[in-house]
Amino acid sequence: MPMLDYWNSRIERAPLEELQEIQERKLRQLVDNVYRSSVFYRNRFKEAGVKPEHIKTLDDITKLPFTYKKDLRDNYPTGMFCVPLNQVVRFHVSSGTTGKPTVVGYTRGDVDCWTTSLARSLTACGLGRGDIIQNSYGYGLFTGGLGLHYGAEEIGASVIPMGVGNTERQIELMRDLNATAISCTPSYLLHMNEVARKMGISIKDDTCLKAAILGAEPWSLETRKRIETSMGIKAYDIYGTSELSGPLFTECEEQDGIHVWADHFLLEVIDKNGDPVKEGQKGELVVTTLSKEALPLIRYKIGDITILNNRECVCGRTHPRIMRILGRADDMLIIRGINVFPSQIESVLMTIPEVGEHFQIIAERKGELDDLTVRVEVTRAAFSDKLADLMNLEKKIQYELKKVLQLQTNVELVETGTLPRSQGKSQKVVDRRKI
Amino acid sequence: MSGTIKQISLFAENKPGRLSKIAESLSKAKINIRAFTIAEAGDFGVIRMVVDDPDKAYKTLQGQGFAVSETEVIGVEMKDVPGGLADIANTLGKNNVNIDYAYAFVTTSNLALLIIRVDNVKAALKVLKAAKIRIVDDKEVSRI
Repeated sequence: MPMLDYWNSRIERAPLEELQEIQERKLRQLVDNVYRSSVFYRNRFKEAGVKPEHIKTLDDITKLPFTYKKDLRDNYPTGMFCVPLNQVVRFHVSSGTTGKPTVVGYTRGDVDCWTTSLARSLTACGLGRGDIIQNSYGYGLFTGGLGLHYGAEEIGASVIPMGVGNTERQIELMRDLNATAISCTPSYLLHMNEVARKMGISIKDDTCLKAAILGAEPWSLETRKRIETSMGIKAYDIYGTSELSGPLFTECEEQDGIHVWADHFLLEVIDKNGDPVKEGQKGELVVTTLSKEALPLIRYKIGDITILNNRECVCGRTHPRIMRILGRADDMLIIRGINVFPSQIESVLMTIPEVGEHFQIIAERKGELDDLTVRVEVTRAAFSDKLADLMNLEKKIQYELKKVLQLQTNVELVETGTLPRSQGKSQKVVDRRKI
Repeated sequence: MSGTIKQISLFAENKPGRLSKIAESLSKAKINIRAFTIAEAGDFGVIRMVVDDPDKAYKTLQGQGFAVSETEVIGVEMKDVPGGLADIANTLGKNNVNIDYAYAFVTTSNLALLIIRVDNVKAALKVLKAAKIRIVDDKEVSRI
């Protein structure tokens, strides 16, 4: 069977005007709908002095108030859902900034929309029936595993539902099942390449791998080059967050920006004052979900810094592209695909009386994987002459951090007074990764 | 408790220059170190020492910002002959006293001293005395 160029050629290549008409119609419906069905949005709109009838064209979107991650947290678990819970077919949960997680929900329609979005994206990466996709994103509460799985099945590919970890087995199965594509974090793929080499297996020469769908953490063009040349594959960037559904958008074979499906999502890029940036300038990405039912988001400040490109792509797709994510608008760190906020670490440390209020977070890349070290000062009062007490304290801090972050961290006890005293948040985080 | 020695312990990161900072502080305060040991656990360690003036050492180091603690340890005179350590260890072991850690030093007067930290100081002093093993206390240490 010949390779499909497009999953849905008509919509993916629709003229910009047609896409804008769809967006305008859907935006009006969305605003009407959330005003009726959500106490949260109704109050927000009232505070901003805006009513559904004020939103007529796409330009009117700036009249609407922003939505923040904090809103999801404050309305934990399902306070922002806009459908009765008996219409929700699935939940996903991501770790929160201060211990409370963020819960997202999906109607049947939401899952379908997520799946077809990914079907379009994976097709744009040159994948389809006959491909064997090793899905090495985490299955479970994290959106990556199940999301990619559904999308890959939709395009008729054979999925190996691998999940994370057990690297040697991953490599054996990749080779033995003739996997043609893999989805995981870029750092994990580099790690796999390293482990494969030690096992005497060359991913380039001994496997059928031709493509990798990589995301959930920032990575550079240099990393892409390294992956592509060392493994003999094409590496595509994938973007999405649990608030938007999960992984949704990828680059096409041109590898020149991530196509965002405009019939489902409306993008803005704004500056620090909340005003739109000039075309081609970088700014904070703001997303309005046009099709989501269970948890629609209006002008959601997702926190990623990027550049928007509205020009038609060489591949023929007319949907706007976002350039590689350039950083974060807040202090969030992404470590091995997991979001980490310094405030989470702070709140954990506050519950442990043996450590002082000063701490430092160090993000490093050890080998190919990210590594997080939390340095804390031992308080004078807590210091015991016994080494075992101090070692247990380290383990206790590690355990408490793991509970909240879902991430293994290193803990380093340091002398009182040696960590920089807070002169703003930035000093608490030292990011030594060269991304 | 009489008959014991006040040991100074402090928390130190395991990195270059830390020990010299501690030693300098003590030197400036004219405190003489009698015995000294470092127990390390990866990134950090615990420095333990017996000094001629423990109270002054404690204040000095605390004033420098170190996490310091005082611990009661026992100084035992060890015969500088084969079996010297065995006598002491046997006496304590037989009487169910556990040694948490120990370190030894020899003084200029050719006195071999063993510093021990035990789980039951009172019991240790009692059984050591009964076994006619000589205990060296604070006062004697500061005179060395």
